[in-house]
Amino acid sequence: MIDFDPPYLHPDYRSTVLRAPARPPVRLPEDWFHHAPGPVFGRVRVGPDDHDLTRQHRGEPIGERIIVTGRVLDSDGRPVRETLVEIWQANAAGRYVEPRDDHPAPLDPNFTGAGRCLTDADGRYRFVTVKPGAYPWRNHPNAWRPAHIHFSLFGSELSSRLVTQMYFPGDPLFAHDPIMQSVADPRGRERLVARFDLDTTQPEWALGYQWDIVLRGRDATPMES
Amino acid sequence: MGEPPTPSQTVGPFFSFALPFAGDAEAVEPGAPGAVRIEGQLIDGAGDPVPDGLLEAWEGDQFARCGTDPEGSFHFVVRKPAPGPDGHAPHLTITVFARGLLRHLTTRLYFPDEDAANAGDPALQAVEPERRHTLIAHDDGGVLRFDVRLQGEEETVFFAV
Repeated sequence: MIDFDPPYLHPDYRSTVLRAPARPPVRLPEDWFHHAPGPVFGRVRVGPDDHDLTRQHRGEPIGERIIVTGRVLDSDGRPVRETLVEIWQANAAGRYVEPRDDHPAPLDPNFTGAGRCLTDADGRYRFVTVKPGAYPWRNHPNAWRPAHIHFSLFGSELSSRLVTQMYFPGDPLFAHDPIMQSVADPRGRERLVARFDLDTTQPEWALGYQWDIVLRGRDATPMES
Repeated sequence: MGEPPTPSQTVGPFFSFALPFAGDAEAVEPGAPGAVRIEGQLIDGAGDPVPDGLLEAWEGDQFARCGTDPEGSFHFVVRKPAPGPDGHAPHLTITVFARGLLRHLTTRLYFPDEDAANAGDPALQAVEPERRHTLIAHDDGGVLRFDVRLQGEEETVFFAV
């Protein structure tokens, strides 16, 4: 199977240097491990409005209102149903609610930036939010992260667990971002970029983006790469 | 031919307002029958604590999640699992996320009071003998201690998934 995953060690992303394991991971027969069933999510409560990040406070957040939707699929293209999708992001000014974020951009009292939902019978998720801003970080001189939304997914088994980031089309910061560029194959990077979609866009209300996510799956047929 | 999976990207440093949930580290009530408390520290290649990591423990119907604190410490309360099929000793699967980890890591936690079962466990046997101890928690006065070292001499064994 083609694998676009980044390496653990990618020195351009400085934090990998002391955190990437130096030894190769131990490989076990797939049946022992990969297909361990994923966790039960009864404990993570998903409220009916948790998918709408613009309605979590008294007022509406500042920013470009967007709809982000897509399907979660296994490697054979089948929908992954009722799986938990968690997202988090910076506000429109590029500032996280997280106390550790000291970027001098304003917080928005009407925006937290965290949401969750379960996929439907078609494997579809849908969030309403505002477009996050780019923000600086200290990886290298004049380093800026392209606008992105963090995604966390579980799928049906251990091997399908995925934490990743969704980017917006045409961002000039892509070429300068060592995190995105850690995915060496351009086809892999392309999979991290949402597609603007006029059909998803709601007139006079919000721009629409489509982003499908493919998880490793039980019936994926391994191929020599 | 299948679709290539969406690539992984780091969890980043700023998730503490989003991923934790009430009671997340405790898959069972601390006083429940068979409940064990696990405490550990996530440590980088310089020997420093990782204060912005996230670990998850799963086994059967149990799931727990814990962000590390400024000392890199995490804890879980879980029900000690039964032995698995095919000679697998009781264990938890632990996944590790952090800034600087472009992909998450997967390891296993084995129990110190299961010497016989651990000795016959096929996954432990797939690991070089001198590294097996990194996968076995130790009893620290009624609490199980399980540190996760990302690099270095005592680097924890991680598994390809």
